[in-house]
Amino acid sequence: MSRRRDNYETSRWLRFKKWVDGETDPLSSGMDAIPVVTEGQMRERRKNLALRKAYDEELTRLSAEHADKTEIMKARGIRNFQKFYKVMSVILCLAIISVLLWTIAALPVTGGADNPANNEVAARYIEKGLQETGAVNIVTGMILDYRAFDTFGESCVLFIASCCVLVLLRLDADSKNDNIKKMIAESDDRHFEPKDDIILQKCACVLVPVIMIFGIYIVLNGHLSPGGGFSGGAVLGSGLILYLNAYGYKKMSRLFTEKVYRRTTLCALTFYCLAKSYSFFTGANHLESGIPTGTPGAILSSGLILPLNICVGLVVACTMYAFYTLFRKGGM
Amino acid sequence: MIQHLSLNIEETVAVILFGVGFTILLLHRNLIKKIMGMNIMDTATYLFLASKGYITGRAVPIVVDGVQEVSAYINPVPSGLVLTGIVVSVSTTALMLSLTIRLYERYHSLDLDEILILAKEEEQT
Repeated sequence: MSRRRDNYETSRWLRFKKWVDGETDPLSSGMDAIPVVTEGQMRERRKNLALRKAYDEELTRLSAEHADKTEIMKARGIRNFQKFYKVMSVILCLAIISVLLWTIAALPVTGGADNPANNEVAARYIEKGLQETGAVNIVTGMILDYRAFDTFGESCVLFIASCCVLVLLRLDADSKNDNIKKMIAESDDRHFEPKDDIILQKCACVLVPVIMIFGIYIVLNGHLSPGGGFSGGAVLGSGLILYLNAYGYKKMSRLFTEKVYRRTTLCALTFYCLAKSYSFFTGANHLESGIPTGTPGAILSSGLILPLNICVGLVVACTMYAFYTLFRKGGM
Repeated sequence: MIQHLSLNIEETVAVILFGVGFTILLLHRNLIKKIMGMNIMDTATYLFLASKGYITGRAVPIVVDGVQEVSAYINPVPSGLVLTGIVVSVSTTALMLSLTIRLYERYHSLDLDEILILAKEEEQT
């Protein structure tokens, strides 16, 4: 029988577990990303700015008469600089366009079959893609098999972007800081729209299931037809957003909370990373990977592409929904 | 040169769009309009890439009826690159918009010049 260690409460594993569950916050002391600017200070600043503008206008008016010479010179200098800046930026843009057009005049004609871009790499993907990846859609076979780490990087870029937006826009709902409480009250914009709008709810009732099924269809058929994780995930995310708009946060929180978001994206990205590392490792060492490619054209075919598409679709759907809620009210 | 440009009409349009986006970035002081200019530049890049991969008279690279000759399909590589570009542009746009929201909350203005003046004043005090 195992005995509990005496310092179990402070053990590293329990602290890690608490941190994963979001019960403790390692940055709880002393990090405050919310700017502390009171209303009064802000009004003062706006007034200063307005005063300055009035002062500038006064100066331009005075320049007709004579006043202090250096001040007039200063105001004139700023105006001249602004004009100069506009002219120079237009000239710069025209220069860039003309240089690029000149380059294009030297490029081969669009649509030619023997252009240097259509080299042996593309030929190899087309000729051997179906046998090696099992995907009928050659683009999907390329991005999720030959170049799978590229797509992994893309999903990570999306995930990191959503993390950055979370850091910038999240407002802690249980915060005791008065400023943050006020910001939450300000950003809650549901007061300004009709609650339980019957037209929107009935439309969403019909549309949301169709949109969801369409999104799932696009994700699952990524290797057979145009589509895949990114486009299907965007469709799924838009379905979630429509449901949220029609029925509100309370009903949405039964299906989708911040915890669900975090766990889904983390699991999807980890699975993607491990599965693809395994398949690249076996492939590079000429080992049998044991992943069947199936018959091309069937839905359960093409090895790892289908699960990877599902992972990418989950990440994209969660990210789109997270972007929406964070921009809307600063939290999920 | 003009004749060659008319043959490469997609690339020409892409380059002009790129220039338009860049001009918006430089000339507008409103942050939201700057982000729009950035998105126009992104779109120009996609158009350029897509037109590079196109081959006249060939089909999309989805194998139909087991035809696997190179002469049947367009180049699949630029299509994948456009996909990467779209995802990255969505991410950067979201990041820029959230930064804009925070800047607006602090300075109550979207005008970049005003924000810079206010920030300098704040630094001095």
